[in-house]
Amino acid sequence: MERLRSRSIGTDIQQWIVYIGFLAIFLFFALTLHDDGFLTQRNLTNIILQTAPATIMAVGLVFALSAGEIDLSFGSIVAVAALSAAVAMQHYSMPIGVIAGLAAGVFIGAFNGVLVAYLKLPSFLVTLATMGLFAGIARTMTDLRSIPVVNETFTGIFGSGKLFSIPSLVIWTAIAVIIGHLVYRHTKFGAHVLATGDNARAAQVSGIKVPRVRFYVLTICGACAGLAGLLYAGRLQAAKYTLGESDLMTVIAAVIVGGTALNGGKGSVMGALVGSVLMGMLNNGLILMNLKVSDQMIVRGLIILLAVAISLRDTKR
Amino acid sequence: MTDAEPVLSLQNVHKAFGGVVAIEEFSLDLRAGQIVALVGDNGAGKSTLIKIISGVHTPTSGGIRLDGEPTAFADASSARSNGIEVVYQDLALADQQPVYMNMFLGRELTKQPFGLLDKSRMRQQTQTLVDELDIRIPSVNSTISDLSGGQRQGVAIARATHWASKLILLDEPTAALGVAETARVEELIISLKTKNLAILMVSHSLDQVFRLSDRICVLRRGVQIGIRETAKTDKNEIVSMITGVS
Repeated sequence: MERLRSRSIGTDIQQWIVYIGFLAIFLFFALTLHDDGFLTQRNLTNIILQTAPATIMAVGLVFALSAGEIDLSFGSIVAVAALSAAVAMQHYSMPIGVIAGLAAGVFIGAFNGVLVAYLKLPSFLVTLATMGLFAGIARTMTDLRSIPVVNETFTGIFGSGKLFSIPSLVIWTAIAVIIGHLVYRHTKFGAHVLATGDNARAAQVSGIKVPRVRFYVLTICGACAGLAGLLYAGRLQAAKYTLGESDLMTVIAAVIVGGTALNGGKGSVMGALVGSVLMGMLNNGLILMNLKVSDQMIVRGLIILLAVAISLRDTKR
Repeated sequence: MTDAEPVLSLQNVHKAFGGVVAIEEFSLDLRAGQIVALVGDNGAGKSTLIKIISGVHTPTSGGIRLDGEPTAFADASSARSNGIEVVYQDLALADQQPVYMNMFLGRELTKQPFGLLDKSRMRQQTQTLVDELDIRIPSVNSTISDLSGGQRQGVAIARATHWASKLILLDEPTAALGVAETARVEELIISLKTKNLAILMVSHSLDQVFRLSDRICVLRRGVQIGIRETAKTDKNEIVSMITGVS
């Protein structure tokens, strides 16, 4: 009984760690960077806007990790999706651009999904390979050139626009998080994702179509990365092969700090949102502290190590 | 033992994997409210038989009748939808999910209009079931990994009872449990008889077989040695049937 209680308290801490960490880091920056403009409304809004693409990728990754899979390729998908949208908009129209971007994401995600679910290849290796593959394709698509996005409807909807004075990036983030949360916590599919990641054999003998779940979670990751690509293209008013390149570590860290288990069966979309904003706040604060880029990388790396240590502490199996 | 029609009957079931014969010829009737124990040494073919009845394997020849109707199970799902549930030795539970979600694993209840999960109804039905079978767990919201081995087996058996309308297959139900927990699970198994379910149990413990079963069916190297009524046989006879040494 003693053991049982201490364990459940341990899980509670794990559940709350992202919120506690968020508050601690926020307070730390608020106190130390008060004179550097950390607390200004403009800076805080900026943090939210900058983290929008990462948050949406994080929502997708919660599904993949919860099902016991991983996606390493979403950064490359972001670039391919953004470039596809930009190129399609140059030649055709805005809606075609949106469709091209999202379709690129869904297609690459489904490609990963088929290899993992039906050819039974490990997702770690599949997406490691497709990460390189599509990073290369992103480079060849436009010969390393950056493609401007001038369509104002597009940059409004996916970038700087506002609806009822709410920035469109915030709206997209909210849509992704709310739908993600509902599907994850309140649908059969969400339950099947968790069961698959928790005990694939139990899921299988209970009649859950495990390969189909694996296919869908990787497709969802691709779709989320596709949407993230559109948001990057809209906000920066350009698409380039470097988009999404540096998000891999940030997004994985955000998801794990947010309480999603690396080995599946447990997770939280809301936690991933908070984790993502936390990562954005960290980036922002480290920049305001005038740390060199190399030092920022070191600090972020250490925080991710800490997050992984906490995440794995309770799930030794 | 001819008082009731068999729920499930196996008739001259033969199973070979390539050239290797796993089951020579096997016939058995399972009736509601009765426990039949399947015993035999390792490799005797017990697991193969369980897999045939649960739809994982199809017999090479011979027939399965369900309520007198000839039946063929294409896969495990079709056996399940015909009211046959298996409790696996290594417990097919999702450890990090709560008890009530495990109870409905793969068959979650939803509510209209959006088809979202009906968690309160799943919790409530789980609570009813757990109370009815007197399975002592802290709460239906408990995570499986926080439960003891006996509690987990209780949950697994409760799940099978909830979904089975005809037959429950128990594969070594107490192999991983301690003495007190074994006793508790045995009580639970006996209580299932009153639910008008047929039960087929694989066990290595002859003491347990004699405590629980109505009939004992012995397999040796894929050959059906015989079926005895538990009340009319003794351990010596069963042991000599299992080993082939008289």
